[in-house]
Amino acid sequence: MEVLTFLTDGVLLALAPTNLFLILIGVTVGLFIGAMPGLGSVNGVAILLPITFLVPPASAIIFLAAIYYGAMYGGAISSVTLGIPGASTAVATTFDGRPLALKGRASLALVTAAIASFIGGTVANIFFTLFAPLLAFLALSFGPPEIFALMLLAFATFVGLGGDDIPKTIFSICFGLVLATVGFDTISGEPRLVLFDIPGFLRGIGFIVLAIGVYGIGEMLWTIEQTRGEITTTNPKMTVRGMASDTKEAIRDGWKGTWIGSFIGFFVGILPAAGATPGSLMSYGVAKMVSRRSEEFGQGSVDGVAAPEAANNSASTGSMLPMLTLGIPGSPTTAILLGGMVIWGLTPGPRLFVDESEFVWGLIGSFYISNLAALLINLAFIPLFIWMLRMPFTILAPLIFVLSIVGGFAAARSMHDIWLIVIFGIAAFFMRKFDYPLAPAVLAIVLGPIAEPTLRQSLLLSSGDPMIFLTRPIAGPITVIAVILILLPAIKLLRKGRRPSEA
Amino acid sequence: MKLTKRMFLGLAASTAFVAMPLAALADGWTPKRPIDFTIMAGAGGGADQIARFVQSVVEANDMTNRPLIPTNRGGGSGAEALLHLKDARDADHTIMVTLNSFYTTPIRQEGLGIDIETFTPITMMGVDPFVLWVHKDSGITTFEEYVAKVQEMDGDFVMGGTGSGQEDSIVIAAMSDAYDLKIKYIPYDGGGAVAKDLAGKQIMATVNNPAEAKGFYEAGEFVPLLAFSDERMPAYPDVPTMKEKGHDFSYYNQRAIVGAPGMSAEAAAYYREVFGKVYKGADWQGYLTAESLSPLPMDEGETRAYWSVQVENHRKLLSALEGGS
Amino acid sequence: MRQGEISLAGLLALFSLYLMWKSTELPIGYIRGQGPGGGFWPFWLSLGMLLSCAAIAWNWWRGTSPAAQSNEPIMDDFGWRTVIFVGGGIVGFVALINVVSMYGAIAIFLVYYLHFLGRHSWWLTLTIATVLPIALFFFFEAAMLISMPQGMPFTQPFFDVMYDIIY
Repeated sequence: MEVLTFLTDGVLLALAPTNLFLILIGVTVGLFIGAMPGLGSVNGVAILLPITFLVPPASAIIFLAAIYYGAMYGGAISSVTLGIPGASTAVATTFDGRPLALKGRASLALVTAAIASFIGGTVANIFFTLFAPLLAFLALSFGPPEIFALMLLAFATFVGLGGDDIPKTIFSICFGLVLATVGFDTISGEPRLVLFDIPGFLRGIGFIVLAIGVYGIGEMLWTIEQTRGEITTTNPKMTVRGMASDTKEAIRDGWKGTWIGSFIGFFVGILPAAGATPGSLMSYGVAKMVSRRSEEFGQGSVDGVAAPEAANNSASTGSMLPMLTLGIPGSPTTAILLGGMVIWGLTPGPRLFVDESEFVWGLIGSFYISNLAALLINLAFIPLFIWMLRMPFTILAPLIFVLSIVGGFAAARSMHDIWLIVIFGIAAFFMRKFDYPLAPAVLAIVLGPIAEPTLRQSLLLSSGDPMIFLTRPIAGPITVIAVILILLPAIKLLRKGRRPSEA
Repeated sequence: MKLTKRMFLGLAASTAFVAMPLAALADGWTPKRPIDFTIMAGAGGGADQIARFVQSVVEANDMTNRPLIPTNRGGGSGAEALLHLKDARDADHTIMVTLNSFYTTPIRQEGLGIDIETFTPITMMGVDPFVLWVHKDSGITTFEEYVAKVQEMDGDFVMGGTGSGQEDSIVIAAMSDAYDLKIKYIPYDGGGAVAKDLAGKQIMATVNNPAEAKGFYEAGEFVPLLAFSDERMPAYPDVPTMKEKGHDFSYYNQRAIVGAPGMSAEAAAYYREVFGKVYKGADWQGYLTAESLSPLPMDEGETRAYWSVQVENHRKLLSALEGGS
Repeated sequence: MRQGEISLAGLLALFSLYLMWKSTELPIGYIRGQGPGGGFWPFWLSLGMLLSCAAIAWNWWRGTSPAAQSNEPIMDDFGWRTVIFVGGGIVGFVALINVVSMYGAIAIFLVYYLHFLGRHSWWLTLTIATVLPIALFFFFEAAMLISMPQGMPFTQPFFDVMYDIIY
């Protein structure tokens, strides 16, 4: 039970007054940064990095991890209240969080997100504590073919997600995947699809640009036009009793999604190339597949909020694992944390657990404490966010537009991308009018940049032989499952589609 | 409308103000606005780490009266950053941390119309050498064994790197050329991903900066075979250099800070002093040793000369790369 | 709606064709021993977009999609007005950023939206239009270290004064 001793020491270190204070500040700051569309944990961590020069390394990384946790909880807030996924990890949260908010159940969605995040984070922490070095080896056995197979699986879990109009859904998926290739082709080292030869496209089209355009501008315009500007989301006043009953409902209806998210999220999260976003998307898809009330997904299912939220927290903790044990960052945020560790003179990598065990266990201890602190602080702030929703729509709408543009700039730092947001927004409005589902495009732009390079790296490895996806021991089974999952609903859909047209 | 009113009040004064060249402030020049600290690469790579390190040192010691705002502009292999500097709206407050795509990107993407010799040299923070690594399970312990193995596998030996035209691919091309090696090269989108796949034995060897392989080296997972530095590196005294093996080739990744074209002499002098202090400081010197960077201090004139030499070198190396593949 | 459906599909098809054409700058085929070239992925997926547009047109011709059956206009006058005023407001907002800086543009946009579209009182409008840009200034420039665009030279003295305050 050596692990327990280490862990106890770690938790005690995290509970030292200075560290506890840093955790509370960090979580609160992170929560607000994460709630802002366009800003995410990566901004929070990057900005506060220099400040950490003033405190010892262990306290510094505890502080940064607290911001990381806070931002992860915060991501759900803009997804639910504004309908804009603030970070790619929170895309799936909008699918059901937003409908719940529109039904006046925003508090239920936020409470569910908080509780699911907490459980996801805790499950991941326990795995982390018990199996860190072992899991690091598992992560290493995932090369390009395995990651590609996994992306295929992520797509497969999403097949039923689009609207009823199959050609429009396919269009949307292809559109997202093509947009993802704009900019620069790493494999050949050449610029690619620099649209209309505008140099601004060299940087590619980020997920955040499309997401803010579609959700922050397009969807808002559509809402204003549909409701004739007279939308009022009726939100009951927040009371302690109301929160308690929301909590009960969240646990009753969301436990299944929470567990699915916690496990899938963690295992996808520890793979350096994959990370939290595919983890949360796959959890949503799986939760929908196994749910007995799958028709509720997309209409405001509690499970549909719980699964991706549990997963993104679980995956974020998971993505710390390859960083600490292998020195390989699984996400931009962990990349900056890694830089921080180098600044403090620590060498992340296989020897870190041995050479700096006090530091490592202090950090793991702080994960537990940060997670708990984030839950409590988040619950405490929910009434504030609900209050925001009670504003008249003619005030809320311009605020959302302003936040979309400012947040978009903060994420991209270029006017070119701001214009793109506006263009995507207006295009999305018209496509929405004609029932083009846009969620598949947003998902595709997240998964595409992982799927395409890994596909091509794999084929380079095998000298162009596609059998590589079937013959490798890990990639093979994943590919087979993915292909079956893709084909099953397609066949079902075709049959369903044929019958009424024949009749 | 307090905000716009104030702006209009300042209108008259401001027109005169902006017309006045900043040079009027002479040697007492200090930045008046936040300093745009562009990083020529995405978050998490070697260049990013160095930029954030430098920014942290500046911030912690309060060396500038306006903050450095680090911004990653890695798009198009650094083309985005180069264009951003070239068209900087305020050259006196725009600086950049570079790597070798500073030389290669303008050559490979001529359409950008970038002439790096118009940029303003600030400080050379050091140069990062390259080392050839294999996994310990491969059983290869010397460079000769490596050459024999690659030749035996005849085109099936797999190496990973950060993409054709990038620093490591130039080194690999030069090495393959010198020893007549056939290598299957897999591009990744960052040095970290390359190191991970070597650790996972998805690829058989890499050419990487020591900083990116250090953790695995210390754990005994990676074995260094050959250094592409001018002399043996202090941290790896047993690793021979390519020069010792009789081929006159060495290659470094430059870690330099440059200013936007058209920066005033006063502003450049200010930044040179600030980053000169960072360079001499214990923090940076410690970083140089820990991450095996070589110091290469140069003044402005030397830097400009060095740039022209590098541009010429890269032109040759890149044309060899294209001709060879 | 019926006309809109086919026009949009046509526009998107044209865009797909452009993307296909642009993709051919890099090899779009399967290179022997190396797998797909750099243009492969975007080219064939753009073709997928084009084929989807064709399928949408086919459904339109057969009249199976809801939009293809309806003869209603896309939007009534009220709808168009809303979209033009709100959408146009956003375009104006973004266009103003390079003139009066991000914060100035936010203030102007808020005045436009709150007072002229939202018909809120001047008192409320001006309070929000003053407080929000200043709050955002402190949040981004001071706390988050992100510089927002600064507009034409005449906005500079204002920023210089603010920087003196925050740093």
